[in-house]
Amino acid sequence: MTKSLFDRGKIDIAWCPGCGNYAILEAVKSVLADLAIPQKHIVFVSGIGQAAKLPQYLKVHYFNGLHGRALPPATGIKSVNPKLTVIAESGDGDMYGEGGNHFIHCIRRNPDITNIVHNNMVYGLTKGQASPTSSLGFHTPIQVNGVILEPFNPLAIAVALDASFVARTFTGDPTHMQKILKLAIQHKGYALVDILQPCVSFNKINTLHWFKEHTYYVDSSYNPRNRSSAFSKALEMDHFPLGVIFQNNRPTFEEQLLVYKKNKNSLITRQHDIKKLQELLLEN
Amino acid sequence: MTKKGGCDPKGVSIVLCGAAGQGIQTVESLLALLAYHTGFFVFSTKEYMSRVRGGVNSTEIRIASSPVKAYIDRIDILVALSPESILHTYHRVSKNTMILADTEAIGKIKDDSIVDIPLQKVAKTVGSPVVANTVAVGILSAMLKIPLDTVLSFVHSFFSKKKQTVVDLNISAVTKGYTIGKKLSLPPNIIEKLSSIGNQKKLMLLNGTRAISIGALTGGCSFISSYPMSPSTGVLTTLSQLSHRFDIITEQAEDEIAAINMALGASYAGARSMVTTSGGGFALMIEGVSLAGMLEQPVVIHVAQRPGPATGLPTRTEQADLELVLYAGHGEFPRVIYTPGTVLEGIQLTHKAFNMADAYQIPVFVLTDQYFVDSYYSSEPVDITTLSNEYYVETTTKRYNRYALNKSGISPRGIPGQGTGLVAVDSDEHDETGRITEDVHMRSQMVEKRLKKLKEIKKEAVPPTFIGKKNCSTLVICWGSTIHIVNEAVECLDDDTVGILHCSQVYPLHPDVKKYLSKISLGICVENNATGQFQRLLFRETGIMVEHKILQYNGLPFSVETIYSQLHQLLRGG
Repeated sequence: MTKSLFDRGKIDIAWCPGCGNYAILEAVKSVLADLAIPQKHIVFVSGIGQAAKLPQYLKVHYFNGLHGRALPPATGIKSVNPKLTVIAESGDGDMYGEGGNHFIHCIRRNPDITNIVHNNMVYGLTKGQASPTSSLGFHTPIQVNGVILEPFNPLAIAVALDASFVARTFTGDPTHMQKILKLAIQHKGYALVDILQPCVSFNKINTLHWFKEHTYYVDSSYNPRNRSSAFSKALEMDHFPLGVIFQNNRPTFEEQLLVYKKNKNSLITRQHDIKKLQELLLEN
Repeated sequence: MTKKGGCDPKGVSIVLCGAAGQGIQTVESLLALLAYHTGFFVFSTKEYMSRVRGGVNSTEIRIASSPVKAYIDRIDILVALSPESILHTYHRVSKNTMILADTEAIGKIKDDSIVDIPLQKVAKTVGSPVVANTVAVGILSAMLKIPLDTVLSFVHSFFSKKKQTVVDLNISAVTKGYTIGKKLSLPPNIIEKLSSIGNQKKLMLLNGTRAISIGALTGGCSFISSYPMSPSTGVLTTLSQLSHRFDIITEQAEDEIAAINMALGASYAGARSMVTTSGGGFALMIEGVSLAGMLEQPVVIHVAQRPGPATGLPTRTEQADLELVLYAGHGEFPRVIYTPGTVLEGIQLTHKAFNMADAYQIPVFVLTDQYFVDSYYSSEPVDITTLSNEYYVETTTKRYNRYALNKSGISPRGIPGQGTGLVAVDSDEHDETGRITEDVHMRSQMVEKRLKKLKEIKKEAVPPTFIGKKNCSTLVICWGSTIHIVNEAVECLDDDTVGILHCSQVYPLHPDVKKYLSKISLGICVENNATGQFQRLLFRETGIMVEHKILQYNGLPFSVETIYSQLHQLLRGG
C-alpha cells in the first residue's frame, strides 16, 4: 500500500504554514500504508480544533464530532463493529480539557482504539489561550499574569489508570513518530499517543528548538511493562521522555461485551426475534 | 374529600404505607402479581421519597374485575407500617376506609376503628422479622378471598429461585397471615366492589419502563448508553438484564454527554441506538441532540420527566420538560416527540421511534414521566409480532456522498465497512461529501435539506386519540401519562357533551388535532405542570388558544377525583 492512497488531492488545508499538524498528517498516512489496513476499515473520530481537522485531509471514514467528545463516539463505533480500526484524534485542549472526563473513563473502559493527541501546549483555533498542558507562567491574552494552573500530565494520569498503552513522540522526529504510531495502532486496547508539536502562530515559548532541548528518548534498557517505573518516567516534566512509556495486556472493552461472547460477528448483522419479544410481554 | 361530588371509582384500592426499606415494594409486587395471576385487573403506582431508608412512602394497588388504570385518592384498605403512615395518608382516608396497622410498629393510636395486625410478632414466631411483608400479603389475600391454594403456589414460585429455607419461611408467613385475614371481614361496600373475578384469561402486566424497553427491542435497538438518573434508569436496567437474551450492548457511561455521543457513534457504525435520561441529564445531552441534527444521525432519546428545576423532586412526577425537549439543541433541525399514555403506546411508539429515526435520520424523543414509567398496568395481551422494522442502511459505492442533495432531503445512509465508499460525517457545516465548508450557497442548501424532511415527517404523525361523542362541545385535552386518569374522571362526569383528546405525538402534530380544536366551544388542557406547556404548543402549531387549563405541579400525579372535581367545577360551577 502506498501512502498516496490516503491523499485527498489538491484541497484547501486550514493549517498555518509550518504547523506541526502537517508532519502528523504525513506520518499517519505512512503508518496506515505500512500497516496495509484496508481504507474501508479505518475510521477517524475527532473533536473540534485545528488538530481535529486532520481526518478531513485524509481519505478515510470519519466522524468529526463535538469539541472534547471524540472518545465516546469512538468507543460506540468500535463496540458496534470491532473489525474497524478506530483512531480518535484531536488537540490537547479538546482531549485533556473539554474531554477530560471521557479521557479518564475511556482509559478505564479500554476499547481497542488509538488516541492521538496533538499537544502544542496552547489553543490555536481560538487564538492563543492557555491549554491544560501550558507551562506555568505562560502568558496569553487571558492569562495576562502567566498560567498559574499546574500543567496537566496526561501520561501520569494514563499510567495511574493502568492505561494499556501510553507513549509520547515529537513532530521534530518523523521516524520516531511513525514508529510510535505504528505500535499504538497495532496494540490491542486503548493506546494513547501524546505528540509534542510546536504552534508557530501562538506558542513562541515551546518552539521546535525548545522541544528538541527539552525531550529525550527512553533507552533500550527501559522496561515499559513496569508500572512503578513508568509512573516515575511519566512524572518527568523538565525533560519529556519520548517513546513507549507504559504497556500492558488488559482485556479490551468490546471483547468483554456479552454480545461477542458467543458470536464474534459485528452487532449490525443481527436482529431480535420478535417471537421471543412477544413471550417477554407475558413474563411476570 | 375522598368522595368528590359523586365520583366513586370502581374496584378496591389498597394502600400500603411505610418507611423506605420496610419492604413495601415487595408487598406491592407480591400482591399485585398475585391478584393478577388470580385473574383480577390490577393497577399499581407508587410515590416515594428520594432516600434509601426511612421517610414515608406509599403504594396504591387497585384491584377490580374490569380494567382499572389510574391513580385515585380514595383508600379502601390502608395498611400502615410506620408511625408516619396515618398522617401521610390522612387526607385520603374516610370513614369507609378500613385501616390495618401493626400497632407494635406504629405505636398505640387511640382509634377503635384501626384493626391491629401483628405483622412483626407473627413474623418473629415464624422465624424472622424480615417476612412481616409476607404475613401482610397473606392477610390481604384472605380478605380478597383469593383461594389459599392459589396463594401458596404463587408464593412458592415467586421465591423459587431462593434457598429452600427462604421458601419455607415465606410459605409459613403467608399461611399464618392468611389465617388472620380470614377472620377480618371486609366492610360490605368493599365486598360489593369485588363481586366477581371477571377474567380468567392470561393478562399482561407491564409498567411503563418495561413497555419502553420492550418497544426499544421491538424497534431493533442494539445499543443503549446512559447515566443513571431517576426515574429513567429502569430502561437501562431492564435492557441490561435482557442483554443475556437479546443482542444488545448496554453501557453505563461516565456522564450524559458521553452517553449520547457514544450512542451517536454506535448509530454511525450501524446500530440502532438510544439513551434514557431525565431532565437534568437531558440538559447535559443537548449539545449531542444538536449534533444528531447536524450529522443527520438517527438516535432515540427517552426522557422520563421529573419535577425541576435543577434537582427538583428526584423521585416524583411532572410534565414540565415538554418545551425543553421541543427546543433542545442549538440551530434548526427536525425532530419527532412521542408521548405515550398507555403501555401499548409505550411499546408501539418506541418501536416507531426507531423506525422514524432511521427513515429520516433524525433524533426522535419518547417523552414519559415518573408516573408512567413506575406504574403497573394490566390489560388484555397484545400481539406485537406484527410490528416489523424497515432498515435503511445502504451499501456504499466508490463515489458515495453521505450528504448527497436530492428532492427529499434524505440522503442514502451508508455505514463504515459496508461497501466501497467512505462515510464522512461532520459537526461543522459540510458539503455533500461530508467535508467542512463555509460556502454560503452550500450552507443554505444544507439547511434547507435538513429542514425539508419535516414535510414528510408530518405525514407520518400519529393521530390523536378521541374519546367521546362525535358532536361533543367540550374537549378535555391531554398528553402522555394522564390519559387513563382523565378518561376515568370524564367517565364519572357521565356527560355526552364532554369528550377527550389525547396526543401521543405532540410534535409535529397530526392535522386532526386542529380539526378537533376548531369544532369545539370549550377546551380544557390537563397538564402536570405549572404553566400549560402543551396549551402553548397547541397555540404555536394550530393558532388556537385553548381557554382553560387544569394544572398540578406538586410532584404527584393527578388523581381521578381531582380531575373530576375540577372539571365539575369548570363545567357546572361546582
